[in-house]
Amino acid sequence: MQRFDLAIIGAGPAGMAAAQEAATHGLRVVLLDEQARAGGQIYRDVDRVADLRGDILGPDYTDGRRLTAGIGRDGITHVTEAVVWAIEEDFVISFTKDGKGAQVAADRVLLATGALERPMPLPGWTLPGVMTAGAGQILLKQSGVLARHAVLVGSGPLLYLIAAQMVRAGTPPLALVETQTKADLARAGRHITGALRGWSYMLKGVKMLAEITRARVPRYTGATQITIEGEGKAEAIRFTSGGKARRIACDTVFLHHGVVPNTQAGRSLGVTHRWSTEQSCFVPVLDASGGTNVPGIFIAGDGGGIAGAKAAEIAGRIAALRVAEEAGHLTQNARDQRATPLLAALAHERAARPFLDTAYPPCAEALGPADATVICRCEEVTAGAIRSYAGLGCLGPNQAKAFGRTGMGPCQGRYCGLTVTALLAETNGRTPDETGYFRIRPPLKPVTLGELAAMADPDAKVSDGSDH
Amino acid sequence: MKPASPFLELHDCPRVTVLLDGQPLDLPEGANLAAALLAAGVEVFRKTPVSGAPRGPFCMMGACFDCLVEIDGVVRQACMVEVTAGLEVRKPDGVGDATV
Ligand SMILES: Cc1cc2nc3c(=O)[nH]c(=O)nc-3n(C[C@H](O)[C@H](O)[C@H](O)COP(=O)(O)OP(=O)(O)OC[C@H]3O[C@@H](n4cnc5c(N)ncnc54)[C@H](O)[C@@H]3O)c2cc1C
Ligand code: FES
Repeated sequence: MQRFDLAIIGAGPAGMAAAQEAATHGLRVVLLDEQARAGGQIYRDVDRVADLRGDILGPDYTDGRRLTAGIGRDGITHVTEAVVWAIEEDFVISFTKDGKGAQVAADRVLLATGALERPMPLPGWTLPGVMTAGAGQILLKQSGVLARHAVLVGSGPLLYLIAAQMVRAGTPPLALVETQTKADLARAGRHITGALRGWSYMLKGVKMLAEITRARVPRYTGATQITIEGEGKAEAIRFTSGGKARRIACDTVFLHHGVVPNTQAGRSLGVTHRWSTEQSCFVPVLDASGGTNVPGIFIAGDGGGIAGAKAAEIAGRIAALRVAEEAGHLTQNARDQRATPLLAALAHERAARPFLDTAYPPCAEALGPADATVICRCEEVTAGAIRSYAGLGCLGPNQAKAFGRTGMGPCQGRYCGLTVTALLAETNGRTPDETGYFRIRPPLKPVTLGELAAMADPDAKVSDGSDH
Repeated sequence: MKPASPFLELHDCPRVTVLLDGQPLDLPEGANLAAALLAAGVEVFRKTPVSGAPRGPFCMMGACFDCLVEIDGVVRQACMVEVTAGLEVRKPDGVGDATV
């Protein structure tokens, strides 16, 4: 089996920057990502798409070419369309590519698996036509496909970004139904100095809002009692805003109230996670350079706590420097010299977060959904069912699996895990940390018998599936 | 003719023929299959094995598994597959259907 100094899972900004930094210091790096091209979520498909739709997606998108250009160098084997489903002892990494299982090994592993949309269980959210706002953006980025009659629902800067991109593409959303309130913004005022340090983000936010307003997209804030209606597909959204009940007919609903770390791989390796009250989600416990409690396992980027693409890139470099030192490619002095300015830049990038997290909190109705709302999309378990498990003495998500099949479907709790923890914690009067999270075991993604049977020869070399 | 779709495509691309439940559809070659099916007016991709409820793509990033379709007998995420000529796609029809 081919062995590398460092395996990086995820070719977003964190993973690409880390690969480049590590290779610069002479490490042999394998960079695995399930996407067909490098870029991660923010820079998805940037090499192919920048020329086609760069004007719609904006300079923060096309900037990604800087990073994709950096991974086409010696020392980096970029394996595309590699779905990683297990990382096991001695860091043997199993993945599926082209319908076949394959493995590589590495001395150290950097998890740069990014973020997922925060689950937003509202009545009707399982209907066809209801998608995450991130999904709407992926349709636009990757495929140039746009929703003609969409309503954007939720809160946060990404909601405005997507709305602005839809405006530029000539299909503005029918409306923005926003869940944050004026009181949230007032509370966020406490963090204004931090926000001012990240002033360029604030400025971008103001510009996006101006674009949305100029296109006369109606904005309803402080929305509550949100319900998506439809027979077999989304047909309308109902909500209350400004004391008035409203209904907007639409074909598509894009939901978003923030992103949360994708913790699946770290959890499967026994990385310790703690509840972050500020971000209302679990985050892995990391040291300053992305090290975890598991020797040899590092985490960088939004998978380590949400801080955005620039922070992800810097954190990727910091982690790579640490790995280079551990592997004996850099002296401690040399590492410190390089890492010190990066650490300062990272602190600066993170400064805007407390303001954003407070100004755009998650939607309360989706954090504690009504009893009848389905919270586990795969197994169709309702919030009421989870509350009833708590009444029967169920304390944690793993025990909940004994009561029903929640979290046991193919998504492995990616879109219900945080809700299950929140509901059990609320009903039992315990903290999310005491309540815990699903135990995650490999396979991280379903593997078919055919893929296992076609497991490539262990001595075969992994091919560099990248375009470069 | 394409059925009316809630989605529109910004660019015209060369198309190839794909079979969806035996019916021919002309989809952009190399496009993301889930995106191409949505743009072709396909709203329901599958029915859930539990209650038979209709589902369509939700995350477009390989995480939710609501876009599962059967391709050449294997259940796969449509949002992780590219359109190629002659692809035979079947919509899993729910209760009792073997999914992953
Ligand atoms: C849908 C979506 C859209 C977003 N759009 C924007 C945006 O436009 N602007 C913005 O500023 N922020 C956006 N974000 C926020 C985003 O998290 C960060 O900006 C940034 O992309 C984080 O970089 P990263 O390197 O940490 O992770 P990502 O960029 O998310 O990269 C992680 C990579 O890991 C890969 N991966 C994960 N698990 C596996 C596995 N098991 N096997 C193989 N590969 C795997 C993924 O395919 C992905 O390419 C978006 C987030 C989401 C979820
Ligand atoms: S749409 Fe979520 S996995 Fe394809």
